[in-house]
Amino acid sequence: MLQTLLAQQAPIEAIDTPAIDWAILAPLLVMAVGGILMLTFASVLKRLPSSVWSVAAVVISLVTAITVIPLWMRVTDTANSATSTLAGAVAFDGFSLFLTVVIALSVALSAMLADGYLKREGLEGPELFVLLMMSASGGIIMSFANDLIVLFIGLEILSIAVYVLAAMHTRKLQSQEAGIKYFVLGAFSSAFFLYGIAMIYGATGSTNLIDIKNFLSATVLADDALLLAGFALMLVGLAFKVAAVPFHFWTPDVYQGAPSPVVAYMASAVKAAGFAGIIRVFVLTFEQYRTDWQPVIYVLAILTLLTGSFLAIVQTDVKRMLAYSSISHAGFLLVGVQAATDRGVNAVLFYLAVYSFMVIGSFGVLTVAGGVGDNAHTLDDYKGLSKRSPMLAFAMMIFLFSQAGVPLTTGFFAKFGVISAAIDARSFWLAVVAMISAVIAAFLYLKVIVAMFFAGDDDHGHGADAEDAADASEADADDAGHEPIDIPLGAGIAIGVCALVTVVFGIWPGPIDDLAREALPRLVAESSAFLEIGN
Amino acid sequence: MEITSNWYLILSALLFSIGAIGLLIRRNPLVMFMCVELMLNAVNLSFVAFGDRLGDIAGQVSVFFVLVVAAAEVVVGLALVVAISRRRATTTADDLSVLRG
Amino acid sequence: MVEIIVFAVCAAIVLVGAVGVIAARNPVHSALFLIQTLFGMAVLFISLEAHFLAAVQVVVYAGAIVILFLFVIMLLGVDQAEDLNIEPIVGQRFIAFIVGAATFVLMVATLAGSSDAITGQRQATGPLGDELTDNNNVRELAEALFTDYVFAFEATAILLTIAVVGAVVLAKRTSGEMLPVPQNTLEIREADYQARVDARAAELEANAAAAAEAGEDGSAEASSAAASDDDTADDEMADAEGGDA
Repeated sequence: MLQTLLAQQAPIEAIDTPAIDWAILAPLLVMAVGGILMLTFASVLKRLPSSVWSVAAVVISLVTAITVIPLWMRVTDTANSATSTLAGAVAFDGFSLFLTVVIALSVALSAMLADGYLKREGLEGPELFVLLMMSASGGIIMSFANDLIVLFIGLEILSIAVYVLAAMHTRKLQSQEAGIKYFVLGAFSSAFFLYGIAMIYGATGSTNLIDIKNFLSATVLADDALLLAGFALMLVGLAFKVAAVPFHFWTPDVYQGAPSPVVAYMASAVKAAGFAGIIRVFVLTFEQYRTDWQPVIYVLAILTLLTGSFLAIVQTDVKRMLAYSSISHAGFLLVGVQAATDRGVNAVLFYLAVYSFMVIGSFGVLTVAGGVGDNAHTLDDYKGLSKRSPMLAFAMMIFLFSQAGVPLTTGFFAKFGVISAAIDARSFWLAVVAMISAVIAAFLYLKVIVAMFFAGDDDHGHGADAEDAADASEADADDAGHEPIDIPLGAGIAIGVCALVTVVFGIWPGPIDDLAREALPRLVAESSAFLEIGN
Repeated sequence: MEITSNWYLILSALLFSIGAIGLLIRRNPLVMFMCVELMLNAVNLSFVAFGDRLGDIAGQVSVFFVLVVAAAEVVVGLALVVAISRRRATTTADDLSVLRG
Repeated sequence: MVEIIVFAVCAAIVLVGAVGVIAARNPVHSALFLIQTLFGMAVLFISLEAHFLAAVQVVVYAGAIVILFLFVIMLLGVDQAEDLNIEPIVGQRFIAFIVGAATFVLMVATLAGSSDAITGQRQATGPLGDELTDNNNVRELAEALFTDYVFAFEATAILLTIAVVGAVVLAKRTSGEMLPVPQNTLEIREADYQARVDARAAELEANAAAAAEAGEDGSAEASSAAASDDDTADDEMADAEGGDA
């Protein structure tokens, strides 16, 4: 009966599924499958200590980074080895590989920080690492998305996991409120982003970036209003993710409430993925329309730089301060994007790579210094940190100097790179504003450093205690503010690695710079394309 | 008079604006999520209308992805609301006034 | 002609539903209005020849997502009406309307400018991929889903896994006490909001008193109304309103 029914139907042709270059997908598969496997094992092996999951997450992330190495060899082998696979939805170029490594290393470092944090807060383990890795696979998808729908899915994978991660501290209401605040505003901005995709689809007839670029270079649009509206809406969505002013309102509250290791991840990997989207869509695909979007980025960059640095100074909570400082860093990154040149893209990539280390390091120090409950983050709490833990204070000083852009740290070359790219692109005023904002922001970092090293003794009320403590060193053990801090092993390693990278590459930035130079984004149709790329 | 895809697009813009306004003026998180659903639905209508105008199936395929994303967002959002209201019930009344942030 | 009527009726249903969602005081009513909008949308999909999507819209959106909303509303209690006369943050509504109006004006201007009816020219002349060949909507969809969009399709697996893991993580019972909340998280605008809630309650009470004085026959009703309004304001203060954005 069934067979006769089937026989009566029109013959069913098989669908020609696209060719898949599995090697290109290897980093993503390692990260995503690693996360799913950990989830599976975690549900069976409940007795294992949570450090096991942390180590596993670090190993999986490092393996992800290692799988990139042969791919990197392949893509830098000849000038034309960039390609795409899966019907042009996945780009294979230096850019995507570079950011994949940045994201994978961010996960590894955040996972190290999270280990000690979970134990201190008495939280249960593996879900955080699972979500961290799945979120990172969303970031990786974004970094090689060659299709607007893929970019959107990547963005949502990244964001939804981070909403949960922000609310992860289930015994702390601020954490959950941070989660819901981030969620509502994130969903709001995703809707704008999506509407932008719809507009661009309506204007060009495709969601594939290769097709869109071919279409735009072959056609002069009679009326590009639809396309421009699409730009504006997409930019709202992406600017929200990278916390550019005026779409930054969520940042201080979410950074303050969310668990510090998660904030470290948000400030590094989420920002990197957001800029991956901005660069691939705007700098690369809509290169032709740069005169339309460049002024908007210009204004965004100026607003972001100034708001970030000015508001950071008036904060009294160190975590909020660093949140505003991360906004100002987004401004510097936008300066590089605004240049819309190869040099600008290089500078942004270099910035993202070294910024990840310094920001994870800073939030690592905050994770350890925050104490049980992750609440002790006022500037007063940081007074005299150098006495409680000289190593921690010293590491924090390195990270803050680097964020301020002091020479001999990576931050100097990062800022120098984006500003000189802006000057190259003849955006002189933007460069001037960036330099001014760097100077303003330096005050803020100095404020924290001064608190850590010099302000411990001359404080009201506490001051007397502190002097007593200096006299009768350990006698003052009941004063919680002056206990030496235990640094958990994982966090110690992570902070150490970050400090080392910040200093070593601050003196010798050549290797990262060379890699960033080779990591240019490309839009190339599949080499063995059986699909004709229409235009 | 003929109904062109522009009519649908204008309807979708209107719906999107209503959703955006609603999300900004309401305080109840559940209603805010519903407003997000309105906005996503407006985008769906745009996708289908553009697909119709272009004679292309991609517009309709995009709606599938939006649907999946909307479902995932709602699940996580509602879980957050449930989590917060449950924890809040276990805290003292004094905390309630502090935490309405 | 039929097309115009269908469009007009559905557009009215959709818009009334949308306004209802944002204007209803009770979340249950909002959810019901949302269903109305979604059904109207499904009919619009049919008139745009997206038959399969129309079915999916009803089954997934109206049938699953809105039910999920209703479950949660019921779980948290249905008496969470919100007094819409109180503005959460001063000036927020003004900004909201500016944002909404700006978005709409921008969109309409854009669409009118790019209208094929007005300029006689389309943005893109046709699909960049394969032309639609037959009327087999489902097959077309499947083909696109497993060729051009196969990667996005597979990636949604990760998204759904995250949704499940996230929901379990957030909703599972925690062991141990809640951590104390530091006082500095109390924000000024919250105090401000509270003050306006109180002011509103006082105003309602005053109105009720005035009404009671005005007419003795209506006094019982007026005071009960005042009492219920008062309750509403209080409920609103105590209920979960964590998503202040």
